[in-house]
Amino acid sequence: MGTRAEESRTGIVDVVVIGAGHSGLAMSHCLAAQGIEHVVLERGQVANSWRRERWDSLRLLTPNWLTRLPGFAYSGDDPDGYMSMDEVVTFIAAYARATKAPVRTETTVTSVEPHAEGYSVTTNRGSWRCRAVVLASGGFNKATVPAIGASLPAHITQLTPLQYRNPKQLEPGGVLVVGASSTGLQLADEIQRAGHPVTLAVGEHVRLPRVYRGRDIQWWMLSAGVLDARFDAVDDLGRARGVASPQLIGSRERQIMDLNALTSGGARLVGRVAGFRDGTLQFSGSLRNVCALADLKMERLLAALDDWADPEGHGASIDPPERFAPTIVPEKPCLGLSLNSGEIRTVLWATGFQPDYSWLHVPVLDRKGMLRHEGGVAAASGLYVMGLPFLRRRKSSFLHGAEDDARELSEHLMNYLAALPARRATRVAS
Amino acid sequence: MHAQSKIADNGVNVQALLEAREALTQAPQAAQFKWRASCEWINGTHSRSKVDTFFGLGEEQKHRQTFSYETDHPELFASKDVGATPVEVVLAGLAGCLTAGIAAVAQNRNIQLRSVKATLEAGMDIQGILGIDSDVRNGFDGVKVHFVIDADASKKDIEALVAQSQKRSAVYDIITNPTDVSVTVA
Repeated sequence: MGTRAEESRTGIVDVVVIGAGHSGLAMSHCLAAQGIEHVVLERGQVANSWRRERWDSLRLLTPNWLTRLPGFAYSGDDPDGYMSMDEVVTFIAAYARATKAPVRTETTVTSVEPHAEGYSVTTNRGSWRCRAVVLASGGFNKATVPAIGASLPAHITQLTPLQYRNPKQLEPGGVLVVGASSTGLQLADEIQRAGHPVTLAVGEHVRLPRVYRGRDIQWWMLSAGVLDARFDAVDDLGRARGVASPQLIGSRERQIMDLNALTSGGARLVGRVAGFRDGTLQFSGSLRNVCALADLKMERLLAALDDWADPEGHGASIDPPERFAPTIVPEKPCLGLSLNSGEIRTVLWATGFQPDYSWLHVPVLDRKGMLRHEGGVAAASGLYVMGLPFLRRRKSSFLHGAEDDARELSEHLMNYLAALPARRATRVAS
Repeated sequence: MHAQSKIADNGVNVQALLEAREALTQAPQAAQFKWRASCEWINGTHSRSKVDTFFGLGEEQKHRQTFSYETDHPELFASKDVGATPVEVVLAGLAGCLTAGIAAVAQNRNIQLRSVKATLEAGMDIQGILGIDSDVRNGFDGVKVHFVIDADASKKDIEALVAQSQKRSAVYDIITNPTDVSVTVA
């Protein structure tokens, strides 16, 4: 390890890792194990997004026993629990200390650009030259808001999950939550419990029970190999990467969070937001079909899990197969809602997230602004990325998914560095 | 026992569709199509629409022949009833689109179809078009499509076919989602 680089704020190093969240730290650990000199640049403190960009009640969607990083696992006394954000931050910070990761905190990267020997990384505190860069800055930096948001009247408060903390910040009145992935359902649920009438706009979604046959669904997904499905072995990778996060919540009660749970609490389901005209938000007439698709896909998955489990001999130790009631869709779904009636006070866009590459001045983005990469190996020599949905495996965007990706990508990176001409011996340090 | 399964043949060239999908992913500009129809008033509520050319894959295209559609209204509207009402043509469009989708998806999933029959019904309160009640919309208050499908597949797999065909259907999208319509006069 280059102690020289650890002390300096700027200089020349083999690898710059951008972001000291779980992905960047997992990569740092694997690079250190290979003896590769590197720094980890962090715009805030370790686990910054987990500290600052999550709503208050959020817990991990994976149980504690599955929450692990390379060489580091959960060691508390609640293996079946789900970490709160404070606990996640504590876990990741402990990992940074345990691995002695060379993190430069409060160091915001403002530019990455190609340089003769690799890349030049500019920060608010000096610049680095390196031969390889690992983008571990997260896949969820920006909330995606449909263009329609710009045309809504000013008296409607619009929020994204990055701005939302808890129901106390909402003004009294109805809330339209747009999006039925885990984010939309979790927020709709707690906003409804706080006494707001909730309308939920539902597009395509993934329905999944928290607990199936007595075991956490993540146990099933891991054990049956679903989470380990590889990027180079799925039929349609683009679609797999775009799939919304399943309707799960991490809670002490291990409750099942689905549309039926929300409607039994009073929420109204409408189709996806399709238009805004003459003061009226228009909802798609496809609600029935998106619910039917999600029910069918869940049933298919559960049937596949049953087929896997029973020959494996797990049959005796787990509960018998179960099936869940179909999603109840209103007889006459609401197709339009006036925003001038006062019924809706707040619109919360739970319509997805995307990475922020505004500082990445390397021609590797596609026409939709997404990074072109092959399993984390970007379409530019020496550039790598971590932590995106289905980067190398279905589990890639989960905390425990960083381990295998970091190990494989660090090996690729080591071979890449080994094939380069030797670097000039002299180091520049300020 | 033979594990080898038969290859379904629903008359859909899925390979060509998959190749087109791949090619258009690389060249999204070629995916920009324009669909057209022309229409001429004959008499009363009777009009004749023709479909002939379209634009796609970067150039002008032409159907093998010009297709012609008469539209009119039934006699109880004091019309001659020489053609289907335009709203019935919309139902025919939806049925044709969903059914084509079922055939294509079934082919892709290697499901042999033996018969696919659809019946459609759309409710309409004609107080809307007659201007009796301004709270009543002109169009359908709902569309019901019912499929009866005979195929080498389980009930669940057939339901999945029908769901997937809705997900990928243009006419289903046109009916379920608003579309900006611009009408001009020369």
